[in-house]
Amino acid sequence: MAERLFQLSIWLVALLVLLILLWLVQGLLDQGLAKLSFEFLFSHPQNAGRDGGILSILVATLLILAVTLVVALPLGLASAVWLAEFTTTNNVWARKVRLALDVMAGVPSIVFGLFGYAFFSIFMGMGFSILSGGLTLACMILPVFIRTCEIGLRDANDSWRQGAAALGMPKIKAVWYILLPAALPAISAGLILGIGRSTAETAALIFTSGYVDRMPESLMDSGRALSVHIYDLSMNVTGGDAAAQASALILLMVIILLNMLAFAVTDLWLGRSVIND
Amino acid sequence: MAAIVCAAILLLIMTVMLIEAWPALSSRHLTAFIFDKIWYPLEGQFGMLSMLVASLMVMVIAVLLATPIGIICAIFIVYIAPARIQKIYRFAIALLAGMPSVVLGLWGLTVLVPLVNHWSPPGMSVMLAGIVLSVMILPTVTLTSVAAFKSLSGALQQAASALGIRQHVQILKVFMPAASGAIMSGVLLAMARALGETMVVLMVAGNVVQFPTGLFEPVRTLTANIALEMAYATDLHRATLFVSGLLLTSLVLAMMSLASKIKSHNNG
Repeated sequence: MAERLFQLSIWLVALLVLLILLWLVQGLLDQGLAKLSFEFLFSHPQNAGRDGGILSILVATLLILAVTLVVALPLGLASAVWLAEFTTTNNVWARKVRLALDVMAGVPSIVFGLFGYAFFSIFMGMGFSILSGGLTLACMILPVFIRTCEIGLRDANDSWRQGAAALGMPKIKAVWYILLPAALPAISAGLILGIGRSTAETAALIFTSGYVDRMPESLMDSGRALSVHIYDLSMNVTGGDAAAQASALILLMVIILLNMLAFAVTDLWLGRSVIND
Repeated sequence: MAAIVCAAILLLIMTVMLIEAWPALSSRHLTAFIFDKIWYPLEGQFGMLSMLVASLMVMVIAVLLATPIGIICAIFIVYIAPARIQKIYRFAIALLAGMPSVVLGLWGLTVLVPLVNHWSPPGMSVMLAGIVLSVMILPTVTLTSVAAFKSLSGALQQAASALGIRQHVQILKVFMPAASGAIMSGVLLAMARALGETMVVLMVAGNVVQFPTGLFEPVRTLTANIALEMAYATDLHRATLFVSGLLLTSLVLAMMSLASKIKSHNNG
């Protein structure tokens, strides 16, 4: 009896959480779905975003993301390779770097926003720009990205390292031709995670990439990210709810897609490590 | 080399924050930020206590709600759900984990606020911010608890079954205590996330600077305050916003380091 009751209550709570998720999605579909169309995706916002679409917003979002990845990808990969392959676990410098990364991972996103605003926008003179927003996001996603890549590299089978060494391959070549490809699923999972966090981020962008909803013409232009668009429509534009919900649906679809990709990639990775064992 | 650059970014962040905060830090005693009576930046009153209390209250509500529900979801995933449902459920939790906070805020603002407004206007309140935040941090609790349960040794499970202990007693009296350290550290991580979150509280807490006198009063948190005032703040006011950023960061980091201490203590 007690057993039954226990199971039942757990099922109920689990169901409740699922219902909240459905409620959330339904709440967005409520007004957002009617607004959603190809035209919405491919026309410019008008009337402070109440009418028209989100084309310039999407372009700005992609540009910010591109800046973030161009900076974070090489820097992150190089750091992960250094941490995983060129230092021992107890190396003093490696430990310092790891501690710094852990601390950085904990900094609230609004503080990254403050930093980006003070450093990139004002001190470096980039103003409110896509470049400034992208760089701020790069700082934000680096710690988690490096950590995922490092773990992926460490998981690569040691016999591959030994094999490469036995063949007289220089270490850097072994990394490039053998270990990085082996860690590719982990790297892509980390990358997808980073892309997800970047597209979801709002607080760090409000004061770095700014609010301007015109089509950006260069990286030095201010560009409004999709998340900032949702925020602005719901808080500062009366009658902007429908457009905000439609934009949120688009954002949500992107996130779901990224999540499915991450799941597929992780499955691949797990499948692999079983074979390697 | 690249790793040094990454670590240097942290130093850069801290340096920039300190430099920007310096005019405020040097001109007045640290306690003034807490004990000035009110936040009235245009008249040089920079008392953050009401916003700090609001931040902490919202966080506490969120954690009180998310912890039991999150742990139960983890028990569901690990011990109760059939394999197929488990997979779907994990995906749902992962989706919730990736949910942009601005979307949660939008949901709170357009769906929940009008609902609460019916019987307790204005609707935007400490309580509601706590509830929406609890939805946001629930996946953190669940995912870390799932990991905690899964890392328990198989011998523990076998011993519990061999003794013929019923499943719910196994879970409550054997697995939960065994995993409690790791679960606790997950809860602390969730707390840190709740405290550092901006968008949700900015959109549903109401943004009125006051000491919360009831659960359904609107309040403004430290994070929301930065987002609201950074656009026009100058001089001492601006520096004070950076001080509040530093305060937030140190609180969040303290929680995170406590979390990792508990975790390593547990493993060691």
